[in-house]
Amino acid sequence: MAKHKNVLPGFNLTLGYTLLYLSLIVLIPLSAAFIKTTELSFDEFWSVVTAPRVLASYKLTFGASLIGALINAVFGLLTAWVLVRYTFPGKKIIDALVDLPFALPTAVAGIALTAVYAGNGWLGSLLEPHGIKVAFTPIGVIIALTFIGLPFVVRTVQPVLEDLEAETEEAAASLGANRFQTFTKVILPTLWPALLTGFALAFARAIGEYGSVIFIAGNVPFVSEITPLIIITKLEQYEYSSATAIAVVMLVISFLLLFAINGLQWWATRRNGSSY
Amino acid sequence: MKKPLLAIALLYAVFSVTAPTTVLAKDISLLNVSYDPTRELYQDFNAAFSKYWLAKTGDKVTIKTSHGGSGKQARAIIDGLDADVATLALAYDVDQLQEKGKLIPKDWQKRLGHNSSPYTSTIVLLVRKGNPKNIKDWDDLVKPGISVITPNPKTSGGARWNYLAAWAFAQKKFGNDEAKTKEFVGKLLKNVPVLDTGARGSTTTFVERGIGDVLLAWENEAFLAQKELGIGKFEIVVPSLSILAEPPVTVVDKFAKKHGNEAVAKAYLEYLYSEEGQEIAAKNYYRPTSQSVAKKYESQFPKSNLVKIDEEFGGWQKAQKIHFSDGGTFDQIYQK
Repeated sequence: MAKHKNVLPGFNLTLGYTLLYLSLIVLIPLSAAFIKTTELSFDEFWSVVTAPRVLASYKLTFGASLIGALINAVFGLLTAWVLVRYTFPGKKIIDALVDLPFALPTAVAGIALTAVYAGNGWLGSLLEPHGIKVAFTPIGVIIALTFIGLPFVVRTVQPVLEDLEAETEEAAASLGANRFQTFTKVILPTLWPALLTGFALAFARAIGEYGSVIFIAGNVPFVSEITPLIIITKLEQYEYSSATAIAVVMLVISFLLLFAINGLQWWATRRNGSSY
Repeated sequence: MKKPLLAIALLYAVFSVTAPTTVLAKDISLLNVSYDPTRELYQDFNAAFSKYWLAKTGDKVTIKTSHGGSGKQARAIIDGLDADVATLALAYDVDQLQEKGKLIPKDWQKRLGHNSSPYTSTIVLLVRKGNPKNIKDWDDLVKPGISVITPNPKTSGGARWNYLAAWAFAQKKFGNDEAKTKEFVGKLLKNVPVLDTGARGSTTTFVERGIGDVLLAWENEAFLAQKELGIGKFEIVVPSLSILAEPPVTVVDKFAKKHGNEAVAKAYLEYLYSEEGQEIAAKNYYRPTSQSVAKKYESQFPKSNLVKIDEEFGGWQKAQKIHFSDGGTFDQIYQK
């Protein structure tokens, strides 16, 4: 039988390049973390990654990242909706503002957020009398992670929403759907895959975030200590293999979560027969 | 992790450009890798040393300094940042240059006077103007409702001195009863709302954010905060007992040799011990070790009762292991 020929040219070349590129940029550095970890015996590895303080930090890092990504999914969708469906003065500026968290060095974001939410900051001084402390608590962590994740959802949902013609919604309305039904039965199913991608990206970004969080977190063990900080702490103590052990756990959990979200997205796409 | 790499790249650029121009007068480039709060000190000292070296040998020496948390800086050197001299916050970090990097000989600390510490400092309490919470000593820091600012001893050299100073006080107070000492330090840490990663971070939290009633700080950092960051806004309280902090200096033999900078690196550190070097240290609020300079600046530094790390804790290696390594007293306190 003749070798199956792909219609598109350059498959072998591009695949080769893709694999080489992925290896150099992603796989080799990450495998270094795995290799360094093998310096520990399994018992040592297990006691490092399940130490109570480390467990508490997973809870904070993954929990706050999840909450931050969920907040972004809701308000990112809203922002994208406003930017696509309405015209108003200053729209271009707001559109550009969305990307700022991408461009800003994370340390600057962290310092700025801390200055605003600390007890003597603009917002902090308004919230503190009501007993709401933001800076140096887990709430501060959530705010920082929401801040850095915002552009992801907006930018993934926006193009899909632009392709979704307003006529579809009008058609739904003319067929007797109320606004809620139009939203949940017509708009949301189409946006679902894009929304999930944005959510996954925001979530993944938040898990690895260090720069902005350490300024606002307070870094108290068991309360506001994120996992990346524990990794840095281990490095400061010259415990390279313990640091990479925790990094490996983070990598594996992140990979599994992203894999699950991708699966969910695939399922959503199939179910709705969307071409996205 | 990005920063050291960038620094290395920059340094290579610097070294490759500054090749000797003439045979008679050399252009020398020296890299001093130091810890966080020594920025002002080495700015002054580098200028003075360049002048001295030019007059003595006719060679022009340009000194670059890099600052950051002491542990992070030591790690950068071990990972290949080719410093000619290291001037760090505590001997444990310099020990690592020997242990992990094999960059310096084992007896490095004996090569220069005063345990290789040309200047010393101590840990003091910085409080807000008028001392509204009436903080006089370590005892007051464990009271409920007092908010204490200190960096994390796991990441900050200064914080380790803070922790040991509090520990030494409690040990004396309870007559070496370890359980009670630990409880005391634990109570103190309960009053800490923010554990910054470095000493400068804590100073910022206390001074700029207005958080906390008291900052545990290097004496030189406290003077700086008082005199330059917020004139008249803070007061220094000298506790009844504190620790003598000895930030050590060393030539990083392997790298200095590679650059052919051994002689100038050695002279650079020795100049720290000279009359002028000691004056500069004193002016930057470090306690000079030279008797004559110390006498001259006597009034600047409050008299205090200082314990030594070697006598009280059996040296840095031991102190690090008991208190700050994984499972040490610091971890035990937070484990509860």
